[in-house]
Amino acid sequence: MAEAIVFWTLAVLILGLGIAVISARSAVHSVLFLVVNFLLVAVLYVTLNAEFVAVIQVLVYAGGIVVLYLFVVMLVNLKKAPERYADPRRVPWTGTLLAGAVLAEVIAIGVYSTVSSDGAAATGGGLGADTPFSDCGSLVSCNTEQLGWVLYTSYLIPFELASMLLLVAMIGAIVLAKRHL
Amino acid sequence: MLEITPLHYSLLSAALFMIGVIGVLVRRNVIIIFMSIELILNAVNINLIALSDQLQDLAGQVFVVFVIAVAAAEAAVGLGIIIAFYRNKETVNIDEIQIMRW
Amino acid sequence: MESIWLIPLLPGIGAAINGLVGIRFFGKRLAGVLASFMMGWALWLSLVAFWELLGDEDRFHQVTVASWIPPIPLDTVDGIGSFSVDWSFTLDPLSAMMLLIVTGIGFLIHIYSIGYIEHEPRGGVARFFCYLNLFCFFMLTLVLGSNFLVMFVGWEGVGLCSYLLIGYWYQKKSASDAGKKAFIVNRIGDWGFVLGVFLVFFTFGTLDFRAVAEAASHMPVETAAVGFGVISAICLFLFIGATGKSAQIPLYVWLPDAMEGPTPVSALIHAATMVTAGVYMVCRNAVLFTHAPMVMEVVAIVGVLTALVAATIGLVQTDIKRVLAYSTVSQLGYMFLATGVGAFGAAAFHLMTHAFFKALLFLGSGSVIHGMNEEQDMRRMGGLRQYMPVTALTMAIGAVAIAGIPPFSGFFSKDEILFRTYLHHGVFVPDKVLWGLGVVTAMLTAFYMFRLINMTFFGAYRGPAWGHGAEDHGHDEDGHGHAWHGPHESPRWMTIPLVVLAVGAMLAGFVGVPIAFEAVWPWTATIEHFLHPSFVAEGAHAAEEAHHMSLLGELGLMAFSVLIALGGIWFAYRNYVERPEAAERLAESLAGPHRVLTNKYYVDELYDATVVRGTMGSAGGLWTVDRQVVDGAVNGTGWTTIAASWVSHVLDKYVVDGLVNLTAWLCGEASYAFRRAQTGLIQNYAFVTLLGVFAFVTWFLVAR
Repeated sequence: MAEAIVFWTLAVLILGLGIAVISARSAVHSVLFLVVNFLLVAVLYVTLNAEFVAVIQVLVYAGGIVVLYLFVVMLVNLKKAPERYADPRRVPWTGTLLAGAVLAEVIAIGVYSTVSSDGAAATGGGLGADTPFSDCGSLVSCNTEQLGWVLYTSYLIPFELASMLLLVAMIGAIVLAKRHL
Repeated sequence: MLEITPLHYSLLSAALFMIGVIGVLVRRNVIIIFMSIELILNAVNINLIALSDQLQDLAGQVFVVFVIAVAAAEAAVGLGIIIAFYRNKETVNIDEIQIMRW
Repeated sequence: MESIWLIPLLPGIGAAINGLVGIRFFGKRLAGVLASFMMGWALWLSLVAFWELLGDEDRFHQVTVASWIPPIPLDTVDGIGSFSVDWSFTLDPLSAMMLLIVTGIGFLIHIYSIGYIEHEPRGGVARFFCYLNLFCFFMLTLVLGSNFLVMFVGWEGVGLCSYLLIGYWYQKKSASDAGKKAFIVNRIGDWGFVLGVFLVFFTFGTLDFRAVAEAASHMPVETAAVGFGVISAICLFLFIGATGKSAQIPLYVWLPDAMEGPTPVSALIHAATMVTAGVYMVCRNAVLFTHAPMVMEVVAIVGVLTALVAATIGLVQTDIKRVLAYSTVSQLGYMFLATGVGAFGAAAFHLMTHAFFKALLFLGSGSVIHGMNEEQDMRRMGGLRQYMPVTALTMAIGAVAIAGIPPFSGFFSKDEILFRTYLHHGVFVPDKVLWGLGVVTAMLTAFYMFRLINMTFFGAYRGPAWGHGAEDHGHDEDGHGHAWHGPHESPRWMTIPLVVLAVGAMLAGFVGVPIAFEAVWPWTATIEHFLHPSFVAEGAHAAEEAHHMSLLGELGLMAFSVLIALGGIWFAYRNYVERPEAAERLAESLAGPHRVLTNKYYVDELYDATVVRGTMGSAGGLWTVDRQVVDGAVNGTGWTTIAASWVSHVLDKYVVDGLVNLTAWLCGEASYAFRRAQTGLIQNYAFVTLLGVFAFVTWFLVAR
């Protein structure tokens, strides 16, 4: 029951804030709505037993990326309203309708598949079952340890590649943003 | 309704995804379009986390970590491009960025 | 003798040097001395060649320098002949005599010209000597050439030089007009000459003089009984050429106008050498002409008529040079009379003596003109003998010589001609008529020559006054504009040649003393004997015809002609020295004939009205035809082309271009729809992506 209340509260807030993000007139407002949205998503992660990811979400998304957005909004000191010019050939409302149609279809698929294959719940015992921390009992109790173990064993090479990706992105951003090298 | 199944998370994810898509399609401010893209990535992440919990598999969380890393990289480079572009054109209106077509 | 080809070449080299280098760089004296040196050298070589010829039994020497035209098959009367021409030169008595005349008198006139031309600007002097040397080059080529074509080269070349020298003062319209007139009239004669040469080759298959004479000597003589044959035609054509070059009726009109040239030119070209080329050519082809007695008769008639007409015109001319010009025409007529009656030796003899005394007279007149400050009108002279004694004396010698007073040269040659004419039996003309006309001409000659002498050197001075003071001794830079200090004797450069020529005019006759004087002078008819081999075909050593009548008769004829000449001289003396007004009275009493003579029988006017205007009129007519018909056709073609191209243009523009444009338009329209898809808006592309997603999801929904 409590879980349902939390979920629905979070769901409504997340979706409402998402709509606020895309409909806010000012970019600063959008960024602020986005921060709150990210924080609520982090809460959602906690309810799903993913504490480490939730923390990362807060640190990286709500902390790092959003600050980056704020800096850009500040740097782009718009003298005129940024969206005043609209090309006559653009199709915003058609796109919105199409997006709604896709959403409706996806919902239909989801409902239909749930109904048709009910009870076919997946069994557990995936990754993490044979980690040194499997004695934690559940995934929840020592999620961070297990995730760390997986990252530095099974996913070591992708992990290191991700770090390289970040390094390259950092250098690229510096090169792009700097006036003169 | 009261029982929260993975389907609920998936539908939440889908709805958030579509909100992001609508943002990408409707808004003309490039910065907000980028924010919409972040919303889309978040929608994906919710799906991954929910299924990871459902399946008791850490791979979903690992992927979320990677997605966050890629999102950070994307944001850094994309915003750098916006800055560079703004310096030259004095605008962030995507309708004025038409030089793909000659 | 091997180097006779060098004789023409030397003045040619002189002309080249003076023409290419001298006009720009040489001083006046250097140009003259160079040209004279070349002529002197040529004279020396000529004397050597003459001496060697005297020692030669054959009296014939031919030198071939090079091949000119290699053998070409050409049609002749005897089938295909081989036409080939060599640069070859012949030395025989006739050409040797001409050689001495041309180089000798040419040399003297070159010397004289140094003095005469000194008032000209520097480049003009070199130009003058260049032309003069070039003339000698061509004249010597003409004389020495051993076939018709080499002679023709010289023939045309002297015509060119004559044109250049008549028009030497080309700024003067009358001078350039006279040059053109001479050139054009000569061309008419050249037309006849060339036709004659063609006919010679067609008939004999060769152009070599000796071979032609040899061949002709075997052909029958075309007497009136035989009829007018091919040799007669050849001779008539050649004689047309001779009338042009030697100024005979009807082509004599250019020679008086040629006096516009400098006086040494008149002396050398238009008295002594070039104008005798026609006589020389007839003498060179003596064998041909003796085979055409009817043409000979024509030559004699034309000659004597020319002599008479020119002499009558000469009676009333007041320009000193024009009198001499008509005298030249008249004397040339004598020469043709001589050739016409078969006395080629007498013609050549008269040619030689005439060269001496006419050159002398012309140079003397040049000296007078020079001393009188370019005055040519004899009515403004008079009494000049006290101012220029040498000129007066030498010119008087020349006048006596031309009048035919023994023992001066003209007497011997002219008397020989008259004697042979007296003996001649004509084909058409009654006997003695030609002789009578010749005698009348001789009297007129004596009269107009002494009229000239008397008006110029005797009587009272009638010229313009001059300042006696020495107020102006300044010399202008170019030598012009000297203050004139009255008539004066010419410088030594000019008087020495006069004296030399005067000696020649006195003594030249002794090479041809008539046989009648055998008793007192053992060397009679030397020149006739010397020249005889040139007038007969090779091998045909026919005995010289003996022209005899009684000694008394011959002496009587001589005495008669001398008396006639003396009568002319006396008449001139009476009218122009004793009673100067008598001449005017005479002119008044004979006003009609006088006017006709003064206007030269209106021949120039007649030619102008017929030939010149006819030519101009027909040219105008042809021009009109050309413009209206030919140009019309051309323009019509042009318009047709334009119209056709306009049609083509319309087709091209609307049909061909229309198809091309239609294709392009279709492509453009077809691409329009596709082009619309490319908006450049990133969000539209994202929309399409979403469309794809929608399609995929729909498929997923429906397929399940």
